[in-house]
Amino acid sequence: MKEKLHQLKQKYEGKKMAPAFNALHTFLYTPNETTHSGAHVRGADDLKRTMNTVILALVPCLIFGMFNAGYQQYSAINGFPENFSLFDDFLTWSNFLVGLTTILPLVIVSYGIGLGIEFLFAVIKGHEVEEGYLVTGMLVPLIIPVDTPLWMLAIAVAFGVIIGKEVFGGTGMNILNPALTIRAFLFFAYPTWMSGDKVWVHGAKAGLTQAGSTDAISGETVLGALAQGSSHLSFSVSDMFYGFIPGSVGETSKILILLGALFLIFSKIASWRIIVSGVLGSLAMGLIFNGIVDAGWLPTYSKFYTLMSFPYWQHLLVGGLAFGIVFMATDPVTGSQTNRGKWIYGFLIGFMSVMIRVFNPGYPEGVFLAILLMNVFAPTIDHYVVRGNIKKRLRRLKTATIYPQASDEVDSLKTETA
Amino acid sequence: MSKDIRIRKGLNINLVGAAEQTTSKAVTSNVYALNLDDFHGITPKMLMKQGEEVKAGEPLFYNKNKEQMHFVSPVSGELVEIVRGARRKILSLKILADKTQDYMINKVPDLDTADGAAIKNYLLHSGGWPFIKQRPYDVIANPDATPKAIFISAYATAPLAADVDYVLKGKEQELQAAITALGKMTPGKIHVSIGSSGRSPFADLKGIELHKVSGPHPAGLVGTQINKIDPVNKGEVVWTISPQDMVILGELLLTGKFNAERTIALAGSVIKAPKYYTTKIGAEISTFLYASGVSEDRFRLINGDVLTGSKTSTEGYLGFYNNTVTAIPEGDDYEFFGWNKPVFNKISTTRALTFSWLQPNKKYDLDTNTNGEHRAFVVTGQYEEVFPMDIYPLQLLKACMVKDLDEMEQLGLYEVAPEDFSLTEFICISKQPHQQIIRDGLDLLQKELG
Repeated sequence: MKEKLHQLKQKYEGKKMAPAFNALHTFLYTPNETTHSGAHVRGADDLKRTMNTVILALVPCLIFGMFNAGYQQYSAINGFPENFSLFDDFLTWSNFLVGLTTILPLVIVSYGIGLGIEFLFAVIKGHEVEEGYLVTGMLVPLIIPVDTPLWMLAIAVAFGVIIGKEVFGGTGMNILNPALTIRAFLFFAYPTWMSGDKVWVHGAKAGLTQAGSTDAISGETVLGALAQGSSHLSFSVSDMFYGFIPGSVGETSKILILLGALFLIFSKIASWRIIVSGVLGSLAMGLIFNGIVDAGWLPTYSKFYTLMSFPYWQHLLVGGLAFGIVFMATDPVTGSQTNRGKWIYGFLIGFMSVMIRVFNPGYPEGVFLAILLMNVFAPTIDHYVVRGNIKKRLRRLKTATIYPQASDEVDSLKTETA
Repeated sequence: MSKDIRIRKGLNINLVGAAEQTTSKAVTSNVYALNLDDFHGITPKMLMKQGEEVKAGEPLFYNKNKEQMHFVSPVSGELVEIVRGARRKILSLKILADKTQDYMINKVPDLDTADGAAIKNYLLHSGGWPFIKQRPYDVIANPDATPKAIFISAYATAPLAADVDYVLKGKEQELQAAITALGKMTPGKIHVSIGSSGRSPFADLKGIELHKVSGPHPAGLVGTQINKIDPVNKGEVVWTISPQDMVILGELLLTGKFNAERTIALAGSVIKAPKYYTTKIGAEISTFLYASGVSEDRFRLINGDVLTGSKTSTEGYLGFYNNTVTAIPEGDDYEFFGWNKPVFNKISTTRALTFSWLQPNKKYDLDTNTNGEHRAFVVTGQYEEVFPMDIYPLQLLKACMVKDLDEMEQLGLYEVAPEDFSLTEFICISKQPHQQIIRDGLDLLQKELG
């Protein structure tokens, strides 16, 4: 096998299809490339390993999402079980089957369309297929509602990969997070489908009815309920933490996101600075809102009242905030690149997410907008951080000891020290 | 007052095959060669013709841009070949050595009374000058400029590098002569950095400022020490010289003889009996390589250490500045699912199913495989962990790639040499050629502004 592929590689060398072949080849085998310039030995990590680590952290969220899809559907039809048992009510084959049939197609479409475009661009432009989409393709099915039509997803993925990434030059060059570009495209192109309370539970759009009645099932998310002004929540804090709530496929289980975050921080793949400051930022904004409510500055009839009075720390437990901070804000390409910048960048993402979430009239979620916004500002943050270093260097220059060159003319010397 | 330097950021690359501290005399080489690539940025003008006889220490060629800067022959013999490449560029000079060596004796200046100009003149003509390098640009020092300080690193932290204290043992006299001479050429200080133990041939020398350095590689790189002690500003010049070369310089100043002899470490996992050899600059590597034996047929032979050295072959010659020769296995083989399997036998700064963090002192047998393909810069925050200078490495690299001269200046390109980016290159996930990028950036900056 190894020998055969090596011969094939040599056959393809210099041909148009070489990048496509190499992408598949290097998937099976790390290449036989040796160092040519500079250091003769290299570290063990490459981009594939890095991306693979992120995917490993995402897999639990995906599997949980599959079970949850079935659980939410059956609960919407039959009502939530009275005495919840993890093994009897949640981790069942029937739940998993619902998830498998609804979510696996999303994954396949996301990877199929996205990687197809990546391969196409690689062949046209004659560069290697870069691994950026491996993570994007996994993120996309996790941040969309379970009942997203496949054709919408296909169009959104094509848009996100081409406009969000390839036009800038591909992996490593993009300004906006491609997965969030895809999410934003879905939201703004198909707002009637993507918002509201029907899309979150499989079958609600198709008009499934509750058992023994003609009432259609509803799949309202916690945030949706809060935005409607209902202060009485049907889910407990532990439900929110463990993730037995409706929502986008991968975002519901906070405990698995937390485990993913710990894994990514430990493996040094994701920036702990962004994650920590993101959490701090969202807590800060939540506290401010709580403070406004406590101070009595907001009348109870205000349409923002319920969301603003929502306990500050519970913002992290609902919606996509935790998922966004851990998996999307930490994208190294679109985020801040300096360590100090990362603190500011993460903090502002958390801060803005909660702010947009509360004030967004149409759709009570803000994390993807906040991250996209900060993606745009990340280079500006870095610019000022790097300026600080440059200024330090310029200050040092004032005390520089520059000796005249033996061949220097007096005039040129004057300009040198001026 | 000496200032101790403690480096936290960095990475020690522990490799199998460190040289054992015993020294043998290498077999005398028949042919010696000077590789012109060692003298970066020098355009040679020949003084000798092919077939002419030279003495050891007799000038072979001079620098076209600084005619008084001579480059001398390490041995006496016949200049048998001037190897030329494309557009008749001179690549190397080969000298068939005489059986008995005949030295050219220079008239030595009196170290106590001579002034800086006299010493400079002496070194330029006698062939000692090329050992002195300068920053900015990491090239042979420009004799017209006056350095604000001179930096010497007597502490090697590079993987498998020769132990400085061991190879300098008993050379105090030569070192002192070199320091005295160097001191006359700068109004500033001579900073010498030694290991934290404080035991060093430099410890008792006069006219220097001693610094103790500790911490992982790149603590021993002179660039790191400059950055911590007295960083280079725009317009300033500092000189650097390696302790091994100071020994030759010292002897040249004391006796007038250019004695190209030095002790080198032969190391690496491929070498059966890694140890030290005394040989001469430009000697055939095979004269000592096979004395220690090699355990594999195919391997990478490196003039220098594994991070900064240059590739050579068993027919190659010892480089002008090198005191280490390393041999490691070639890695031109495929590895099945190498990108997602847990890794135990390679070094990594992440913990992405790589387990080198479990055993920080384990010695590794690394080969030359890149462990992945070249990619655009993606991951951030990684270089900073092994880069102790007060410089933004990623931003500086990018400035060099887009040839933004202002940005290169402002971000501190004057302070660095390619070797300072050898560790970031080692850990780079995108497998970018950092040292080449910095070298090209320095060349561009020197051409435009230097």
